Formats: sequence, structure tokens, C-alpha cells
Amino acid sequence: MDITISLDKTYTVSEDVVAREIEGEIIIVPLVAGIGDMEGELYTLNETGKAIWSRLDGHTVLREIVEELSSQFEASAEDIKEDVTGFVSELVKRKILIEVSQP
Amino acid sequence: MGHLDLELTERCNNNCVHCYINQPADDLFSKEKELSTGDIKAILEEAASLGCLTVRLTGGEPLLREDFEDIYLYARGLGLKVILFTNATLLTPDMAELFACVPCLEKIEVTVYGMNRRSYEAVTRAPGSYQAAWRGIRLLLEKNIPVLPKGVLLSSNVEDVKEFERWAAGVPGMNGLPSFSMSLDLRGRRDSEDKNKNIRKLRLSAGELLQVYRGRGTEYISEMKEFCSRFMAPPGDRLFSCGAGVEGGCVDAYGNFQACMLLRHPDTVYDLKTGSLKEAMTRFVPEVRAMKASNSDYIKRCALCFLKGLCEQCPAKSWMEHGNLDTPVEYLCEMAHVQARYLGLLKQGEAAWEVEDWEERIRSFYGYHNKSR
Repeated sequence: MDITISLDKTYTVSEDVVAREIEGEIIIVPLVAGIGDMEGELYTLNETGKAIWSRLDGHTVLREIVEELSSQFEASAEDIKEDVTGFVSELVKRKILIEVSQP
Repeated sequence: MGHLDLELTERCNNNCVHCYINQPADDLFSKEKELSTGDIKAILEEAASLGCLTVRLTGGEPLLREDFEDIYLYARGLGLKVILFTNATLLTPDMAELFACVPCLEKIEVTVYGMNRRSYEAVTRAPGSYQAAWRGIRLLLEKNIPVLPKGVLLSSNVEDVKEFERWAAGVPGMNGLPSFSMSLDLRGRRDSEDKNKNIRKLRLSAGELLQVYRGRGTEYISEMKEFCSRFMAPPGDRLFSCGAGVEGGCVDAYGNFQACMLLRHPDTVYDLKTGSLKEAMTRFVPEVRAMKASNSDYIKRCALCFLKGLCEQCPAKSWMEHGNLDTPVEYLCEMAHVQARYLGLLKQGEAAWEVEDWEERIRSFYGYHNKSR
């Protein structure tokens, strides 16, 4: 399934998963069947994922997240944009993130 | 805290001849003492706040609780994985649908007491339980819900072993042979000498045990070579060489924390009604795990015995058999020696605690295995 991620949209955590912080790790636990391909395995975010995840509040559009991360990290804005869209795309595909409908 | 065992009830709708814990399903005295739904949810919440990832819901028969679905969904909503221990007899199509939609994320562990009605109900002593259990198992398998079948070996169903293993091999996701409870535990609450007498009679003899090992063939030998290379060494006088209480513990049906599910000696039980899981894990468990043996037989034998991995001797077993934490359990000692002799680790008549070259014996046992691969 092709997923199109827009930098002008906001994304939030699906109600079909529980995100838990345990000893500094963010672990995503599926609540319902059919979440991605985890098959009972839990999904743990790496450092880049954690930095993006913590900013996905359902209000901030991805473009602002890219800008904020660019001002805090040394990587180029282009690399950060790729990381953010790649991360969000994968988690939307896995039904862990959902796009927030515009009012 | 990585995991929590939660005994939802000690009541069970079966009346298994060998069971170490069961109370009658309609035992109001037990039922009234059980934790309330709110108590259980509070324990689950605290466990989750301590980093617990997996909760095992067990009993008795946990599905007897009318609030089971509420508890299950609450645990899953906290982001806990659930391991359910059940006899499967009370599973309904609605429950199977629930497990299909909101998966446990761990296999549902179902104990199978026999492969036909006669052998099954000779164990459960509950008319209709054979049919109900297999209906429940089918409900799960039809919905592709992961199931882990387990057995209990008794003289009355030992003839079913091969058939059970053949059936279990066809259950999706099974890796290797199913596990069996073999050394039946006495009553965990030391509440009935009559029941204990029966349980002792039901235990497999050394000859029957050997028959089971022989029946498992080379796969068993290979498994044991790997196992022995990792888990065999004299434990010394520290009572706890296992992982009890290290990554988690058990809460019984009445709100008592135990380092492991079987360890109910009063000195090793912590009342959660006047404390917290956090204090149990951080203060109480280290005190329990620091306990040392003082029984002279234990010091002379168990502390020096290299069959640690084969022997189920532990403080919980001493509690159930003798009412203390460190009296050696002769039955377990005998079974470990029988197994060790079969594997070639001991010669006839040798006592394992007198063997000085045990490391060489383990190396030789494992080394042969490597060459034969």
C-alpha cells in the first residue's frame, strides 16, 4: 500500500496501540489485531524515532517538526525531512500513527 | 519489573487429582476473599508503572472470574502482554472473538489432561470437561489464536503421550516437543494431607519416567546436552539460585506478593494490602533472595550437587513437602538421579554430590553432542 506523507499535515498516535516509556525506551504495544507486521513482537523506537515521536502531538504539522529538529541537530534539513517522512510513513503503514483530520 | 504472575482465583471448575492449588468453583469462602476487580486493576497499574511488560493470568481457572474480560481488557489497555493459563473448558465463541480482535500477544497456554474422555476425565474428575476443553481449543485454533498446549504426566494418561505429542506437533507455531508437568507438586497451601497422599501416589515411578525419556528419543538427548552445558553446577548454600523475584513475581488471589508462584512460606510472602509492589520488589525480594540454607542434609547434599539443572529442589518445593525452605525433597532427588544416570552423567550407585569431576562429565556429554551434529 502506498502511503503519501504530507509535510503540511499532522499525525498522532492511533488508539489501537499503547506507547509506553520503559527505562528510557519507547515501546509500542499493539492493542488490536492487524497492527503492522509485528505479530506479537513489540516495536521499539531508535533515538531518531524517539526525537520525532515526542513531537507528534496531533497539533504540530510535520514541516514544523522538521524545522525544530533542524535547529537542534547537526544533520541537514533535507536529511531530517527524509527521516521524518520515512518514519511517519512506516508507522502510518503499520497503523501506529494516523493522520489527523483537518477541522 | 519485567513480568507479573497474577492468580485471579484458586477456584477451578475441574477437580484435578494432582492439583496443588484448586478449590471448588463454588467455594464462597475462597471467592469472598479474592481481590476485587478494582484491587486487581490497581495492581496491574502499579506493575505497568514499574515497567512490567507481561502479565500471566492464572489460577485456579482464571476464566471462572465473572470480571475476566474486564481485567483482560484493562491489562491490554495498559500496554501489557497477557499470558493466559487455562484449561479451555470455559472458553466461549465470544471470548475467542475477543482474543482474535484484542490479541494476548503471547500464546494462550492450555493444559491437556488426556487425549480421550476416559483418560482426561480420570484426571479432571469433572464430567463433560473433555468435550468442553476440546471445544474451547478448537474455538481458539479456528480463529488462528496462538495456543501452546502443555501436558501433565500421570500414570493414568501416560499411554496418551505419543498421541498428545503428535497432535501438539500439528498446532501452528509449535517448536519442538510440548512440555509436561512431571514431578507433581504437593498442595501449595499445605491444606490437605489426604490430597497430598493422593498426589504422591500419582507421581510417575522412576521406571515410568525413564520410559518417557526413552520415548522422546534423540531429540530429548540433544535438548538435554544443550541444557546441561548451561545449567549444571552446585548451587552452594544460597537458597535461591533461580530467578525468583528478580524480574518479577506473583500476586496470589488474595493480594499476597510471592517471589514465585509456588513459594507460599509465610516468611517469603508480602501483603500488598499494607504495602506496594515497588516495596515488594525493591526491599522484600532482596531479603528473601539473600536467605541461606541451614538444614544439615541440604548443606551436605543439595549445596554440593551438580545436578542443579535437572533437579527441581527449591525453597518452594521444600515448603510444600516439609513446611520449611531447605529440607531436601527425596522424590526430586531420586528423579534427578534417574535422569542423570540415563544421560550417562552418573554411574549406578553414585550420589551426585560426591562427584568431583562433574565439570569434565558435562564437557564430555556436550562435546560428544557437538561431534555428532
